Amino acid sequence: MATTTTTEAAVTGAHETAKAGMPQLEFSHFPNQIFWLVVTLLVIFLALKLIALPRIGGTLATRRGTITNDLAAAEELKLKVVAAEKAYADALTSARAEAGKIAAAAKADIQADLNKAIAKADAQIAAKATESAGRIDEIRAGAQEAIAEVAKDTAKELVAALGGKADARTITAAVTARLKG
Amino acid sequence: MATEEHSEGGLVFHPFDQFNVYPLFGDGPVHWYTITNVTLWLGLAALLIIAVFVIGSSGRKLIPSRIQSVGELAYDFIYKMVEDVAGHDGAKYFPVVMTLFLFILSANMLGLLPMSFTTTSHIAVTAVLGFGVFLFVTLLGLFKHGFGFLGLFWMKDAPLALRPVIAIIEVISYFVRPVTHSIRLAGNIMAGHAVIKVFAGFAAIAAISPAAIVAITAMYGLEVLVAFIQAYVFTMLTCVYLKDALHPGH
Repeated sequence: MATTTTTEAAVTGAHETAKAGMPQLEFSHFPNQIFWLVVTLLVIFLALKLIALPRIGGTLATRRGTITNDLAAAEELKLKVVAAEKAYADALTSARAEAGKIAAAAKADIQADLNKAIAKADAQIAAKATESAGRIDEIRAGAQEAIAEVAKDTAKELVAALGGKADARTITAAVTARLKG
Repeated sequence: MATEEHSEGGLVFHPFDQFNVYPLFGDGPVHWYTITNVTLWLGLAALLIIAVFVIGSSGRKLIPSRIQSVGELAYDFIYKMVEDVAGHDGAKYFPVVMTLFLFILSANMLGLLPMSFTTTSHIAVTAVLGFGVFLFVTLLGLFKHGFGFLGLFWMKDAPLALRPVIAIIEVISYFVRPVTHSIRLAGNIMAGHAVIKVFAGFAAIAAISPAAIVAITAMYGLEVLVAFIQAYVFTMLTCVYLKDALHPGH
């Protein structure tokens, strides 16, 4: 209550003087206002200059830096992706070429092996054929002899059966002569 | 005088009572060191700024909280203004401009609270700001450019015969700057508050009180706009004056 009355008193007092003009033109209050304004401005200025502005500026700079870095990193990753894709495609192409080469080499190897095997088989067949021919000749010769023997025996028996008596040498000569003829 | 009118109960117009300066504690004359309502509302403005810009920014979050975002937006807003208007070398004086802008904005806004005291409605306050800017800028210009600073008044691209005339006009307009600078702010804020108070007086008459209240609401919305725009204008002009001091050549 005391404060309100004093306030009112001050207000009325001011009002009395303000009758001439406005409280804004009450020059006796100017030093007070100016003094406290300067104090306030100094406090605000120091708080901003020493603490707030460097801090906010730092935060903004950090944020800007982070965004720039992230964008750069993204750009780098994008380039890496492109490079990786290219490397993959290259690897695929070269692998395909390699595979073709290997297939061709394998084919050539198989062909060589085949040719060798065919040649070997041919040689074996030829050897077998020669051998067989030799055997046939042998057999044929053996058969000739056997025929001469049989003929001699048969001739002797025939002569004996007919009541003749022939010596072995004559018969042999006769059979040999006959066989030659 | 005031009590008499109160007892009459009719129309009471004291649109200027809200601007009275009185001691907060006790009675007596207002010395320069007396703690008055001016001190209180100046202090509240300082506390508001410290709360938003010092405490609000203490998180230093990469993704800002709301209050941190407010501080950062204001920072960017004023920094861009200083850089755009005063040039890159004007950025050195950004803290000064920021102090002015934030002080005027918060004082204007606090003044819009009902029952509050609007420090920026006083010519003593705005004159300190206006003449402070004027002195700062003039001394800066003289310090930076010496005699060359006077080139500000000498239009090189005007016809030679007209140059002295233009120089006189330029000098006058230069020295009028602090006056207009400070009266513009105090006048706008004071007028708005006084008009609201007058409408509030009309609200005592039942027949027109709805219209008066609508008018108060509308004026209040306008005053919020004015509070920001005047802070913006004051800051912008400070930047322009700063530009003249840093680059006096036209």
